[in-house]
Amino acid sequence: MNDEPHPPRIRYAPRSLARRRRIDRLFVGVCVATSAASIAVLVALLAAIVAQGYAQLNWRFIRSAPSPSIEEAGVWPALMGTIWVGAICAALALPTGVGTAILLEEYRPRRRWLRRLLGFIQLNIGNLAGVPSVVYGILGLTAFVNLFGLFGSPASPSWEIGARHFDQYLTEGDRVVLVPVAARDAPDAALVPGAVAFTPQGRRVDLNVIGPRDRLPRDEDLLERTVRSDSDGGRISREAWYHFRVPLGRGVLAGALTLALVTLPIVIIASQEALRAVPSSLREGALGLGATRWQVVWNVTLPAAVPGIMTGSILAISRAVGEAAPILIIAGIVYISTAPRHLVDDFSVLPLQIYNWAQRPQPGFHALAASGIVVLLVILLSFNAVAIFIRARAQNSR
Amino acid sequence: MRDNAIAALLWGCGAFSAAVTLAIVVVLAEQSWRFFRHEGVTLAEFLGSTRWAPLAGGTKHFGIWPLVSGTMLVTTVAMVVALPLGLITALYMSEYAPRRVRAWLKPTLELLAGIPTVVYGFFALTAITPLLKMMHAGFGVYNAFSAGLAVGILCLPTVSSLSEDALQAVPRSLREAAFGLGGTRFDVAVKVVAPAALSGIISAFLLAIARAIGETMVVALAAGSMPRFTFDVRNETQTMTGFMVQMALGDVSNFGVEYYSMYAVAFVLFLVTLALTLLGGFIRRRYREAYQ
Repeated sequence: MNDEPHPPRIRYAPRSLARRRRIDRLFVGVCVATSAASIAVLVALLAAIVAQGYAQLNWRFIRSAPSPSIEEAGVWPALMGTIWVGAICAALALPTGVGTAILLEEYRPRRRWLRRLLGFIQLNIGNLAGVPSVVYGILGLTAFVNLFGLFGSPASPSWEIGARHFDQYLTEGDRVVLVPVAARDAPDAALVPGAVAFTPQGRRVDLNVIGPRDRLPRDEDLLERTVRSDSDGGRISREAWYHFRVPLGRGVLAGALTLALVTLPIVIIASQEALRAVPSSLREGALGLGATRWQVVWNVTLPAAVPGIMTGSILAISRAVGEAAPILIIAGIVYISTAPRHLVDDFSVLPLQIYNWAQRPQPGFHALAASGIVVLLVILLSFNAVAIFIRARAQNSR
Repeated sequence: MRDNAIAALLWGCGAFSAAVTLAIVVVLAEQSWRFFRHEGVTLAEFLGSTRWAPLAGGTKHFGIWPLVSGTMLVTTVAMVVALPLGLITALYMSEYAPRRVRAWLKPTLELLAGIPTVVYGFFALTAITPLLKMMHAGFGVYNAFSAGLAVGILCLPTVSSLSEDALQAVPRSLREAAFGLGGTRFDVAVKVVAPAALSGIISAFLLAIARAIGETMVVALAAGSMPRFTFDVRNETQTMTGFMVQMALGDVSNFGVEYYSMYAVAFVLFLVTLALTLLGGFIRRRYREAYQ
């Protein structure tokens, strides 16, 4: 193979200078038009969204839950879901990503096969960065939501803590009572006289069980705790803040883990660039003073690279926060009325809520989607502003 | 001692990313295999038939070509927009633009790149499609053209920033030599710098194509959910990614044959994008013009 550099071939086609200058001017015109077009598209996009979303954007919209009524709908659960998922994703992806970047940039093994292995990991990361995010969603669905089906299904987890399960009955006096059962998928509790039961508020009640054809008691108080022995209960679960289960189900943690996988290659590549930008004279100076390899990394290289790593990581996390496709596969579209309460709670995120509204035919929901987009863009722009600020400060201090 | 522990920790991080790739391949292959073991599903039909009806009540049909044609439609429209415009923008930023223009253009492109894809989907559905319908009555509410335009806008920053990197890597001396021979800026940019950076530009193109093929939210919102084997961009269509979204919206926990078909489609999508990424990397490394 001829790897020697050779100058690019220039085809010889004599043209008058005047004509070439004309072409040059024409091309400048094309360039300016193209650039103006991309700026115009950005302006049009932002204008279209603000124009549609401006009207119902207020504090009530931020603080309320989604609702079938357009006037009452809001983004609070999705906003909190975004914060939870973004924070957990960052906590998982950043250490792993920076660690991998240090391995690839600073660890220089002498053995040949270790170098080969590093080369393979490097190639692999480039490929992971090109995998569509929706494929990560499919992976997360199998790997995190169902844990490869090794530990039961999300509906009947093989292990869980922090959850109590009840059968919910409506008494003949129209009160709700809860009868505790052992597990999420246990058979219905037997309705026998004297069974333990609670009100939704947690007060214990003595259940009065009567047969299917028995006459109802007259006493109001007794009626309120009377259940017919053949009535159907509905299974509900009360979950504490530390509730956790294996497999994870369609919860916050499964979503965050999946997004961490999406983000990881971006964090690694950005951190590698930041580490590469640290001048090698710094490393050599520290090595010359007798520092070990990791002392150099920890005390010299990493501090010098932190602004670059931070900037890249913030941009990576902001991409994760705007990502809808993998979360859509993981969480599906379900009605979420509250902010996540524990790590495996059902959740939604802003991009998913926006999609949910945008796919509906009614224009009112489109307006809601536009308002949601404004909220999302404000979050992402503030992320970007922080990144730019860090970059500017790092450049000034050099 | 401590050094070894740290090294082990770092190798753990590195091994994790390799494990992710392995997990993707294993999960997709294993679940696709389950799909092909279902009655009435054959690889020959999957790769040969032009009927895709996984949710039909009677006989279901699993021929991937309608989804592939939908994906190709959207990708082609997107690339007709993104590749030339992205390359021109890159040439302009690298070879022509005065500082002041760059100071505007670069942040604009970064902003365009930072906007979430679901926003582009919304834009396509509520702004581009009505505009298209105004200009030509043949466009449906959902159509491949509108989705393709939005995907094109979304890929433009990828093309321009990667191509610009490649153009910037061409040494100054080449440009100066070309100017010295009497070239205009156009001659230098298009006949000298761009050919010298060709491997980088082509690899940027391939990455953009891979991105367009894997783009999900725009097509889910704007392209519709009607898989059909057509090359009419005015029509509703469905892409591979769009089908996955459709399955995720329905009750995917019902482990029927259509649930597993999602994995087979995902596997095809993964293989196509992986091939494009690998090819892009190969071209960049193999055909790079190295200068001292």
